[in-house]
Amino acid sequence: MDILLQEVGYSYAMNTPFEKRALHNVNIHIPSGSYTAIIGHTGSGKSTVLQHLNALLKPTEGSVVIGEQQVDAKTKGKHLRDIRRQVGIVFQFPEQQLFDETVLKDIMFGPLNYGVSEEEASRRAHELVEQLGLPADVLEKSPFDLSGGQMRRVAIAGVLAMEPDVLVLDEPTAGLDPKGRREIMDLFHELHVKKGLTTVLVTHSMEDAARYADQVAIMHQGKCVATGEPKDIFSNEEQLLDYRLEPPRTIRLQRKFEEKMGIKLDSISLTEEALAKNLALAFLEGREAE
Amino acid sequence: MNSIIMSFKDVTFTYTPDDQSVRPAVADLSFSIEEGEWIALVGHNGSGKSTIAKLMNGLLFPQAGEVAAMNLTMSEESLWDIRSQMGMVFQNPDNQFVGATVQDDVAFALENNGVPHEEMVVRVKESLRQVKMEEFLDHEPHHLSGGQKQRVAIAGALALRPRLLILDEATSMLDPQGRMEVIETIRELREETGLTVISITHDLEEAALADRIIVMNAGRKHKEGTPEEVFLTGNELTTLGLDLPFAMRMTHLLREAGVQVLGEHMTEDELVEELWTFYSKK
Ligand SMILES: Nc1ncnc2c1ncn2[C@@H]1O[C@H](COP(=O)(O)OP(=O)(O)OP(=O)(O)O)[C@@H](O)[C@H]1O
Ligand SMILES: Nc1ncnc2c1ncn2[C@@H]1O[C@H](COP(=O)(O)OP(=O)(O)OP(=O)(O)O)[C@@H](O)[C@H]1O
Ligand SMILES: [Mg+2]
Ligand SMILES: [Mg+2]
Repeated sequence: MDILLQEVGYSYAMNTPFEKRALHNVNIHIPSGSYTAIIGHTGSGKSTVLQHLNALLKPTEGSVVIGEQQVDAKTKGKHLRDIRRQVGIVFQFPEQQLFDETVLKDIMFGPLNYGVSEEEASRRAHELVEQLGLPADVLEKSPFDLSGGQMRRVAIAGVLAMEPDVLVLDEPTAGLDPKGRREIMDLFHELHVKKGLTTVLVTHSMEDAARYADQVAIMHQGKCVATGEPKDIFSNEEQLLDYRLEPPRTIRLQRKFEEKMGIKLDSISLTEEALAKNLALAFLEGREAE
Repeated sequence: MNSIIMSFKDVTFTYTPDDQSVRPAVADLSFSIEEGEWIALVGHNGSGKSTIAKLMNGLLFPQAGEVAAMNLTMSEESLWDIRSQMGMVFQNPDNQFVGATVQDDVAFALENNGVPHEEMVVRVKESLRQVKMEEFLDHEPHHLSGGQKQRVAIAGALALRPRLLILDEATSMLDPQGRMEVIETIRELREETGLTVISITHDLEEAALADRIIVMNAGRKHKEGTPEEVFLTGNELTTLGLDLPFAMRMTHLLREAGVQVLGEHMTEDELVEELWTFYSKK
């Protein structure tokens, strides 16, 4: 599903003494089937942008086009039900998402609410709990009697259970252990490919943005200041620094290596596997040159 | 001579004392931490880390064993004495905020500790400056971005000028630069004041900087040692839900790709250094 933010401005607590401008003239196109990563410094407006993608926030200026539906400041709530079903958001803090008595009920809530049968909703919940690496006895527990990383996994399961067309992820790996982090990012990617999802990821991990995304957008002080392919965004180190960001570790290591050896590798290393390959190639060529 | 600032002796805690079928969140746990150390506490989700933090500041009491801090055994009586020397940042900052504004929130614990007003004002400003949130004095803490909330929570702990600082994934939502800056600030404080730091983290690059790492697995201590000792166990860590730091992962990937890296490197610079030596010898 195509999503288009057109000249979007947003102020929190509009027309009160606490009014706070969070977005200015944001233009982002998220093509159907793409994997977009949004990066940016603390407070740059990433979560605010995300909440526009399922009309949880309505722009105070400009408009957002989500599939067929245009949303602006005046759009009425009843038109938004379909959008909420199609666009699933995993929030930055899992506690904001969990509410039901038990983990099972919590995960089943979304699907049931949109007319999925009891049986099917329960099947999805059981399957997801396993896929997300949660202990099986978690289903009957209260979602609030869990560790931080376990809550995160339940919150993710709740969104995946809705089988949305658009998957919106706000720092989904914060609080996950290193193994879970890799497995769950791989799971999102697998779903993205297999089900042709449109995926939007907000992350502070430049490594994840470089590995998974095909489009990267940079937010800075409430504006979207750059979009492009990961290889272009992450090789422009000056621009990253301007926005108080840095390249992924793989590129940092590549640069250190290049500087020390006085050579330049053929391509930029967006993943660890690519870096190992590029370095091995450099050694091989070095040997042949002798 | 260093003294012990925090110790656990055979500590067991379960959230469900009536249900024996649930494994305890923390079981038979013993360790001690010397004043001035930087400890990283790592382990898979649900391995007991946050429970340990709550046992350390007396939010929870063990069913068996003993917790001691600042030379006092943790009890209902010693609790306040112990807490007044301790700064703690919880995993979810929203659960921690009590003030209506950022500055009230940071001031709250100082007021409780009886810090005089003039000094309080100075400390609140200083600690918010240390985390780069001085422009947000009058904002409502719940209405901040995720990373801003974490910064305010850290300021609240720093303002106490604690002897012991416990961070429960306190920087998990900061951008990479912000995370480095906060860690650097705390390292400087430690140099100046001899602060002890216990940092619960899933960031293995951060753990590699600690003096010592305690590895938890299913409520029990799996291992304890210097970063070298812990990370040299290698693949064992992945079965515990963990991983190796980036430079070590790269070292392994390079070997698989046919580059004969000899050493095990914990930092990028060491790895580049060896590659350079190797490359220039040929
Ligand atoms: N509920 C709110 N009320 C008022 N202001 C808010 C609210 N939520 C966020 N803001 C402000 O809007 C700006 C953008 O916040 P947003 O949460 O979108 O940032 P972010 O890029 O997601 O940051 P982080 O990486 O720290 O999560 C910030 O300056 C923040 O203080
Ligand atoms: N309030 C609670 N009631 C019941 N059980 C709980 C509660 N909080 C945590 N647990 C359980 O206790 C165990 C340890 O949880 P703890 O929060 O200490 O883990 P953790 O190591 O901090 O994990 P994470 O990395 O996910 O934050 C887990 O199995 C968890 O499900
Ligand atoms: Mg955010
Ligand atoms: Mg925890």
